[in-house]
Amino acid sequence: MAIDRAQVRHVARLARLRLSAEEEERYSAQLGVVLGYLERLAAVDVNGIEPLTFAGDEGGSLREDVPRPGLSREQALLAAPQHDGQSFLLPRIIE
Amino acid sequence: MKGLGEIAAGLAAGALQPTRLLEGCLEKISALDGKLHAFLRLTEPEARAAAGAADGRRAAREPLSAIDGVPVALKDIFCMEGVETTCGSRILQGYLPPYDATVVARLKAAGAVIVGKLNMDEFAMGSSTENSAYGPTRNPWDLLRTPGGSSGGSAAAVAAGLVLGSLGTDTGGSIRQPASLCGCVGLKPTYGRVSRFGVIAFASSLDQVGPLSNDVRGVALLLQSIAGRDDRDQTSSARPVPVYDDQIEQPVRGLTLGVPAELFGDGLDPEVERAVRAAIARLEEDGCKLKSISLPNATHAIAAYYLIATAEASSNLARYDGVRFGRRAEGGSLLEMYEATRAEGFGAEVKRRIMLGTYALSAGYYDAYYLRAQKVRALIHRDFEQAFALGVDAVVSPTCPTTAFKLGEKADDPLAMYLSDVYTVPANLAGLPGVSVPCGFDGKGLPIGVQLIGRPFEEGTLLRLARTAERGREVRTPEGF
Repeated sequence: MAIDRAQVRHVARLARLRLSAEEEERYSAQLGVVLGYLERLAAVDVNGIEPLTFAGDEGGSLREDVPRPGLSREQALLAAPQHDGQSFLLPRIIE
Repeated sequence: MKGLGEIAAGLAAGALQPTRLLEGCLEKISALDGKLHAFLRLTEPEARAAAGAADGRRAAREPLSAIDGVPVALKDIFCMEGVETTCGSRILQGYLPPYDATVVARLKAAGAVIVGKLNMDEFAMGSSTENSAYGPTRNPWDLLRTPGGSSGGSAAAVAAGLVLGSLGTDTGGSIRQPASLCGCVGLKPTYGRVSRFGVIAFASSLDQVGPLSNDVRGVALLLQSIAGRDDRDQTSSARPVPVYDDQIEQPVRGLTLGVPAELFGDGLDPEVERAVRAAIARLEEDGCKLKSISLPNATHAIAAYYLIATAEASSNLARYDGVRFGRRAEGGSLLEMYEATRAEGFGAEVKRRIMLGTYALSAGYYDAYYLRAQKVRALIHRDFEQAFALGVDAVVSPTCPTTAFKLGEKADDPLAMYLSDVYTVPANLAGLPGVSVPCGFDGKGLPIGVQLIGRPFEEGTLLRLARTAERGREVRTPEGF
């Protein structure tokens, strides 16, 4: 299964990753090898099989929907690369 | 070398003192971790305060739990309030979590002394700890070899006796495989047995937290302190937590072990196979019944796993965008900032997996890859259910097809690295508990592990079998440690 550099660039854009030309080349080759291996799933008969999204306890368990204390604004902003004490700051998106 | 279980007994008898245990560990870390690089950072002030408090409780004969005063360490995937938590990644360098993960809070509440944070593959993606942005960890049995991964620091630190126990996470084998390669005991509990709140997410339908230790009792005591429902993790189970320490000493007579041909397949090192078969024969001598079983779809597990895990990872790792935490690359538009931040912050394997997962979820490929993988996962789950319906109490196999491989050996071959998890991944896909227990050494003196996979929430049965498997084997210390 080949994955060409244009596809690599498209997927990188979807994933918000900027790749160098060297990385595009490398991932094109390596993803091709891995996808080639994954192709073996195509041979498995899955007719009538329901997908299993996770194997956990039946029904899960939900708690009562009551408000309770979370992080304070100060705590939430503590690790932000840029903030003004009120909000996270970002590069301008609207001129 | 004494295991955690024995040390806990010494503390209970008043023969040992938490501050002395801690100072012993800190001296050993300072003298020897330069060779291993198991630790990313120490939490000495916090540990000294915790050990001092534990001394008081021990002297007053009022311990908080059996592990009160026991020095342990954490894979750097667990948030600990005010202590840098990087998940092995550059993108989280300097990140100080504002809260404790539930398992960290529970260890503290049990009186455990947290000594520091341990090295790991970046975002738990890898099987050798070579994907850490902070350099690899080495295997204490042979410094030219990898300790396995992704919880390589957790296994190496325990095997070298730098701490008595550690926590790791296991998404496709990341506790059991390094435990096997380093010669310690490592347990991946049932999906839902332990809370993941405050644990940095990789693949949410697979990730589970578990303990590593040099003896089975140590693993049982650590599991006891972290297991159980947490309102802050919806996937955590409300099922009661049994007293594992009572369960491990029960006889194994009458339990049935399923031996699947598929987990003794291609690529299995003959020395590993011999040691694992000998361990199975010893369990049979102790009264276990053996049954040949088939897990026909287990051979598809790696393929299904690498689609499901990467798809979930591509979504989970979208949060690293340079806005709320972690590093930000400056300059340009918002989009350019996102792309540059992630390009600079993530390492090669993380990028590779984000790319694979994004591709598998992208328009036109979802049905062929992700959906099909979830159906194959259902088949793998069904194979185990059928084995358990035949009366099998635990499925037994090698943990890993080989002993520890050399650093760099598989670094440029992602697929070869992925195949190191071929025997551990099925339990993650099926949500089942699995444990790796040391069962011998190969001709090079490298440890070998046997894996036991159990019914959901039957950690007690698994640990009972593991306890029997370790009986009569002393905990060996690698030369130079």
